[in-house]
Amino acid sequence: MTSRYTFGGDEHIFVEIDEEMSLEAFFKSLSLTNEIREAEIKGVTEICPANASYQVKFDPDIVHPDDLLFELKEMEKNADQGKTTLNTRIIEIPVYYRDPWTTETLMRFRDRHQDPNSTDIEFAAKINGYKSVDAFIEAHSGSPWFVGMVGFVAGLPFLYQMVDRKRQIQVPKYLRPRTDTPKQTVGYGGSFSCIYSVRGAGGYQMFGITPVTIFDSSQHTSYLSDFMVFFKPGDIVKWKPINRKEYDQIVLDVESGKYQPKIENVVFDLAAFNKDIDGTNSKLLETLNAN
Amino acid sequence: MPIKVINSGLATSVQDLGRPGYFHLGIPISGAMDRFAMRAANMLVGNKESAAGLEAVFMGPTLEFTEGTTIAVTGGELPPKIDGETKETWRALSIKAGQVLSFDYIREGARAYIAFAGGIRTPKSLGSRSTYAIGAMGGIDGRAIQAGDEIPIGAGDKTIQKGRSIPNNLRFSPRNPAELRVLPGLYWHRITEAAGKKFFSETWTVAPDADRMGYRFKGGTPLEFVDREQPFSAGSDPSNITDAPYAYGSIQVPSGTEPIVLHRDAVSGGGFFTLGTVISADMDLIGQLQPNVKTNFVEVTMDVALSARRDRAMLLAKIREALK
Repeated sequence: MTSRYTFGGDEHIFVEIDEEMSLEAFFKSLSLTNEIREAEIKGVTEICPANASYQVKFDPDIVHPDDLLFELKEMEKNADQGKTTLNTRIIEIPVYYRDPWTTETLMRFRDRHQDPNSTDIEFAAKINGYKSVDAFIEAHSGSPWFVGMVGFVAGLPFLYQMVDRKRQIQVPKYLRPRTDTPKQTVGYGGSFSCIYSVRGAGGYQMFGITPVTIFDSSQHTSYLSDFMVFFKPGDIVKWKPINRKEYDQIVLDVESGKYQPKIENVVFDLAAFNKDIDGTNSKLLETLNAN
Repeated sequence: MPIKVINSGLATSVQDLGRPGYFHLGIPISGAMDRFAMRAANMLVGNKESAAGLEAVFMGPTLEFTEGTTIAVTGGELPPKIDGETKETWRALSIKAGQVLSFDYIREGARAYIAFAGGIRTPKSLGSRSTYAIGAMGGIDGRAIQAGDEIPIGAGDKTIQKGRSIPNNLRFSPRNPAELRVLPGLYWHRITEAAGKKFFSETWTVAPDADRMGYRFKGGTPLEFVDREQPFSAGSDPSNITDAPYAYGSIQVPSGTEPIVLHRDAVSGGGFFTLGTVISADMDLIGQLQPNVKTNFVEVTMDVALSARRDRAMLLAKIREALK
């Protein structure tokens, strides 16, 4: 992995760590952007980590683009290459797969889909070689996922499956984007899962919906009273399949302020993960379920 | 002192200079698309340049004042009318209690900025009053203004001289065809040399879908990509990349056909390659482009971008001086 540095006009430096997604590339993006944030470089106004790249926005009246470029390159050179651990949190997100709302929505947009005679999740199960949708849901919800990027629109997390590449779920996006997606839809495009933080257009396949509010600009949601966006890059997520009854209950609990997402602090070790993926994941899930 | 909205216009929203610092969570900077015009309007009425005003697109709102104050309209040429009498743009205008501000049709540009002495005082969200409708943030209840709204205004500077105006040579108006200066970069290497040359030599046209998130252009030759095996997770179209952060002003060309320049309400990232970025000095200009305006993208270097930025800052300094 050799990083590629390039200017985005006179106010941005974009750094591509790798052309393809990998946990290694993401890990480097997150570590470097954490260091850049801590360095409090004068003139830097935005630090955006993403899957396999990152971007810094700056005020060129305060720091010359060439000077900042030099500084960022130096930081990468001096970065502790041996550091493979990350202090983060693991979060359980309940998902009502095959719910009536995303199903109703996907039926309205069959003309934009590769396989108009299947639902999105049936299509995804089929092309990934699963015998049934249930088996597919088990795969989607069985392993933890890394939040590689928060964005596109406010508070929307993109998640990357923490399994080896040959087991990774791959699903193409819609042929043409939909003009509607229910809020909190759990979607899939390429090798990323996502949660739509707001209602709107979208091109990802729709698998289900979560009752957990993840963006609330009014901050009425109890667990979003400190900040309106729930997710951070680096969060680890475990999907938990739920049924209609559980879904309805959580919706009520979120509204009444009773709901608290299940969250535990964890240390993620990339080296240990690469040595033993399933073992590392089981330990993460043990921490999540310890209390 | 609230202002009553009688008619909202087309998409009139409260904007200031935006909310930097949250792009990594998908919350864009927002704020006036034409910041130069917003600053100038505020200066005319004696506000801080960062005060919140209204951004009107193509059509102005109709507003009734419950108290006398000073206002100014800048940006695109959208002539204001007070109780039906046409007034000048780029000038401090006094308006009395009970009078109604309306607008004639737009003569030039796309967006006008209305500043009120004292500034709009709607609640701030993450440090800014700018409306970001997708995230339901800022403005009035996170949306554009509507008939029936009451817009709160602060106490203005009473010492402002009525009738003062910004000299003609310091106003900024778009050229036709428009020129947008671009620093090539980002994923420029994804297109062939011939495609890159054509991108800059051809004339493009502003498409109808041009809004605060981004401006789409059409009419040029589809871009040719350099052959490659698509990287894992990038998607199958040659214009796809592994989802990455987007720069403000960056130019993405989905499937190589219609360039989109991201603006103040930009999506913060996505899976399309970008070939370069409109320089910061020309971002205001984009906000003044109407659909169907002919546009040329002009290749420039970083030195040109920085010197253009200094020129813009100089222009604002001259206005400050002229209004002293």
